[in-house]
Amino acid sequence: MITFAIGLSIVLLLVILFLLFRIGTLASIFRGSTQRAVGTTKTSNKVNGALLLLFLIGGGAAFAWSFADAWDDMNQPLASVHGAWTDSLFWTTMIVIGIVFVITQILLFVYSYKYQHKDEKRAYYYPHNNKLEIVWTMIPAVVMALLVFAGWKTWANITSAAPADAVVVEVMGKQFSWLVRYPGSDGKLGEANVHLIDATNEMGVDFSDPNAMDDFMPREIHVPKGKPVLLKIRSRDVIHSVFLPHFRVKMDAVPGMPTKFWFVPSKSTAEMRTETGNAEFNYEVACTEICGRGHFAMRFILVVDEPEEYEEWLASQTPFIEQNPQLLTKFTNDTKDQVVLEKSTEEVKTEL
Amino acid sequence: MSSTDISINKDVHHAHEEHDHHHDQNFFEKYIFSQDHKVIAKQFLFGGIFWGFVGGFLSVIFRLQLGWPEATFAFLEPIFGGWIVNGKLDPEFYLALVTMHGTIMVFFVLTAGLSGTFSNFLIPLQIGARDMASGFMNMLSFWIFFLASIIMFWSLFLSTGPAGGGWTVYPPLSALPQAISGSGMGMTMWLVSMALFIVSQLLGGVNYITTVINLRTKGMSMTKLPLTIWAFFLTAILGLLSFPVLFSAALLLIFDRSFGTSFYLSDIYIAGEALANTGGSAILFQHLFWFLGHPEVYIVILPTFGIVSEVIATNSRKPIFGYRAMIGSMLGISLLSFVVWAHHMFVTGMNPFLGSVFMFLTLIIAVPSAVKVFNWLATLWRGNIRFTAAMMFAIAFVSLFISGGLTGIILGNSALDIQLHDTYFVIAHFHLVMGAAAFFGMFCGIYHWFPKMFGRMMDEKLGFVHFWLTFLSAYLVFMPMHYIGIAGFPRRYYSWTGFDAFNTFTDLNSFISIAAILGFTAQLIFLFNFIYSIFKGRRATANPWHSNTLEWTTPVNPGHGNWPGEIPTVYRWPYDYSKPGAPEDYIPQNVPFSQTQSSNLPYERDLE
Repeated sequence: MITFAIGLSIVLLLVILFLLFRIGTLASIFRGSTQRAVGTTKTSNKVNGALLLLFLIGGGAAFAWSFADAWDDMNQPLASVHGAWTDSLFWTTMIVIGIVFVITQILLFVYSYKYQHKDEKRAYYYPHNNKLEIVWTMIPAVVMALLVFAGWKTWANITSAAPADAVVVEVMGKQFSWLVRYPGSDGKLGEANVHLIDATNEMGVDFSDPNAMDDFMPREIHVPKGKPVLLKIRSRDVIHSVFLPHFRVKMDAVPGMPTKFWFVPSKSTAEMRTETGNAEFNYEVACTEICGRGHFAMRFILVVDEPEEYEEWLASQTPFIEQNPQLLTKFTNDTKDQVVLEKSTEEVKTEL
Repeated sequence: MSSTDISINKDVHHAHEEHDHHHDQNFFEKYIFSQDHKVIAKQFLFGGIFWGFVGGFLSVIFRLQLGWPEATFAFLEPIFGGWIVNGKLDPEFYLALVTMHGTIMVFFVLTAGLSGTFSNFLIPLQIGARDMASGFMNMLSFWIFFLASIIMFWSLFLSTGPAGGGWTVYPPLSALPQAISGSGMGMTMWLVSMALFIVSQLLGGVNYITTVINLRTKGMSMTKLPLTIWAFFLTAILGLLSFPVLFSAALLLIFDRSFGTSFYLSDIYIAGEALANTGGSAILFQHLFWFLGHPEVYIVILPTFGIVSEVIATNSRKPIFGYRAMIGSMLGISLLSFVVWAHHMFVTGMNPFLGSVFMFLTLIIAVPSAVKVFNWLATLWRGNIRFTAAMMFAIAFVSLFISGGLTGIILGNSALDIQLHDTYFVIAHFHLVMGAAAFFGMFCGIYHWFPKMFGRMMDEKLGFVHFWLTFLSAYLVFMPMHYIGIAGFPRRYYSWTGFDAFNTFTDLNSFISIAAILGFTAQLIFLFNFIYSIFKGRRATANPWHSNTLEWTTPVNPGHGNWPGEIPTVYRWPYDYSKPGAPEDYIPQNVPFSQTQSSNLPYERDLE
C-alpha cells in the first residue's frame, strides 16, 4: 500500500513537472522570446550570467571552507625521512597549481559574465597575437622545467640504491594478507621457490639452503627508528601493492618479479602515539592494487621501535624452522624430489 | 539574419523533394542497416546514451556502498539477487561494478558514443562531403560495436558476474578464475567484446582519416578546416595506432587464459597449487595496456577539444583565438600521448631511470594543454557571449578541464606519485579531466548539433536546469575526492573502516554519494528533453546558432547526400565572426570574398 502511495505521488509529481514545463514553453512563445536567436534573450542571459558569477564565488568559498575543514584528516602523520621531501614538494606544487587554478577560473567566469550578449554590442575581432602566444607558451614551459627538475632530484634520491647496512625485510603479498620474513642473524634471506609453498611453509622458503635456517617470520613488521629499512617485495599469486601511508611508501608486489623500496623511519610508534594523542595508534600496511574479494582487508601492522628496543625484539624471535621442525624432515624428501624435477626440466631444455 | 535563413530553406526544400525521387529505401536500409553517416551517427548516439545510463547506474550502486558502508540495502535484492547477501553487497560484486563502470564509460560511452556520434555526423557535413569514404565500412563499424555491446551487456547477467579485475584488467588477476569469480566467463566475454569493439573502432577510424584527407570540398584546405575536424582527424589517428596494441594485449591474455601459455604468468601459487606457468611478465601487459590506455584518454578528450572550440567561438561571436596554435597544441598532445604511457606504472618496480624519462615527457603535455586553456579564455575575452545550453556546457568544460588537468602535474611527477598512486586523488583527477569534462563536451555537442540531427531544437530552459544540476554535482562529487586522496585512501576499496588510517571522512563519503545520486537523477531531465524534443521540439531553422561552418548550409533535415544541389565551395576559414565592416556578425565559409568587400582584410583583397 505504501509503495503504491509512493509510486502514485511520484507519478503525480512528474505530471506536475511536465505541466510546468509546458506552461513555461507556451509562456515563452507568448512573450515572443522564441522569435529571437537562442542565447540572446535578456532574462535568460542575465540569470545564467549571475549564476556563473555566483558559482565562482559560492563554489570558491565552499572549496576554501571544506579544504580548511578537511585539512587535519587530509594530512596523514608523517614518519619517514623521504616523506618530508615528497610532502614539501607536493605542497609546493599545490601552491603553484593553486595560483594557476584561481587565476584561470576567475578569468573564465568573470569573462563569461562580463561579456554576455548585448544587442547593441559587437564582439572584438581578435584572431591571434603571436607575441602573447609565445609568452604564455614559455611561462608554463619554464614552470614545468622547474617542477620536473625538483621531482627528478627527489625521485633519484628515493630510488637510489639502499645503503649496505639497511635492515632487510621481505614482504610477500598473497590473497588476502601479507607474509613477512627477516633474514635472521646471518643477514641473508634463504632461497625461496613458489613450488615449495604449502600450508605451513607459506612463503615457499627452501630450507635446504643454509641461509634460510635462521630466517624468521613474525606476525608484525618491526623496524628500528632512524635506520634505513629495505623492503624486498614479492607476491605469490596476483599483483598486490605494499602501501605504508605514514611513510609515503608504495611499491607493487608482482608475481615473478621481485621489487624493492627503501626508506628511513623517523618516528617510533610510541612517539607517534604521543604526537597524535591516540594511544591505540599503529602504523599500517595496506594493499593498493586490486587483488580480489579481500583487497580492502589486507591490513598488517608495522611497529617502529627505538634501536635498542628493536635489538631486544630481534633477539626474542625464533627461526621459523625451529618453530616448525617437522617441516625440515618433510623438506629433505621434498628437496630430493625437487632435484629430480630440476634434472628432468634440464633434460627438456637440452632436447629443445 | 532570419531572412537569409528562410531563403536558404526554401531553395533547398524544392531541390530536396526532387532529390528524394531518386531513392526508394525500405525501412531497414533507411534506419537499421543504413550507410548514411547521419543515421549511423544517431545510432552511435543512442547507443552511447544507453550505455551512459547503464554506467551511471552502476556507479550509483557502488556509491551507496561507499557512502553508507554500515547500511543494508535489502531493497536492491529484487534487482541483483544473489549479489546482495542479507542486504550487503558482495565484495566481488562491488569490484565487478567498478570494473564495468570504468569499461563502459571509457570505451562504450566516451569513445564509441562520442567519436562515433560526432566524427560520423560532422566530418562529412563540415568538410563538404556527401558521405563517408566507405558507407559500408561505416555501417559495419556500428554493427560490430552493437555486437560488442550485446556481449558486454550480457556479461552483466552472468551468475559468476562480469569482469571484476578493474577496467585495466591486469593479469594475473584477470587471467585466473581462481583469483576472482569475475575472471571466469565474465572476463572471457569482456575480452571477446573488447576485441570486437577494437575492430569497430578501426573500421571507423580508417574511414574518418580517409574521408578527411580525400573528400574535402573545393577550397577546403587543411588550414580552413574547423577545429572539430582537426580533433576528430587526430583522434582517429591515435585510435588507429594504439588500439591494435590493446588487441594484441587482449589476444595474449586470451592465450594465457585458455591455451596454457605464459606471456603474463610466472611463479604463481593459487588455490592450493603452484601453477606450471613460468617466465611470463605481468608488467608486460601493463606496458601494452597503457600504450593504448594513455592515448585512449586523449581519444576521449580530443574530440571534445574540437567541439568546445567550435561552440565557444560560435557563441562568443569571435574567431577562436590562435587557430594555428590550437591545431599545433592538438598535434603536440597527440604526439606526446604515445610516449607517456609508463607514468601509470611509476611504482610497478619499473627501472627508476625510466620513471624519470616518463615524468619529463608527461609534464611537457602541460604546455600545449595550458595553451589551449589560455586560447579559450582569450576567445571569451571581449566576446558577445550567447548563453545557449551548449555554450554553458562549453564554459563548464573549460572549468572542469582546468581543475582536473592541473592535478595531472602532481600525478605526472614520479616522486609525488609514490604516495598518490591508486588513491582517490587519481580518481578525482581523471574523473574531472576526462570523465566529467568529456561528458560536458559531449553534452555540449548534443545540444549544439541536435537541430541538425533531428530538425528540432532541444528545450533550452530544461537544458539550463540539466546543466546547472550536472555542473554542481560534478564538482560536489569530485572536488572532495581530492581530500580523501591526499589522505591516501586507496581506490577499489569495498570499505575503509578496517584501517585506522582510513577511518575518517565517513561524512564526506556520504556527501559525495548524495551528490552523485543528484547528478545521476539530473540526467533524467536530459533524457526527457532529448526524447521529447526529437518528436515535439520547436522546429529548427537551417542555421539556428548563426554559425559559419558548412553543416548549417544544408537543409533543416539534410537528406541522403547532405546537399540537394551542388556541394558548396569554401572560400574562407570557419571563424569569421564579428568581422569589422561586415553587416552580420558571421560570414559562413561558403561566402566568397567578392561578396564581402566591406569587411575584407588587406591580404584578402587579392582573393576577391
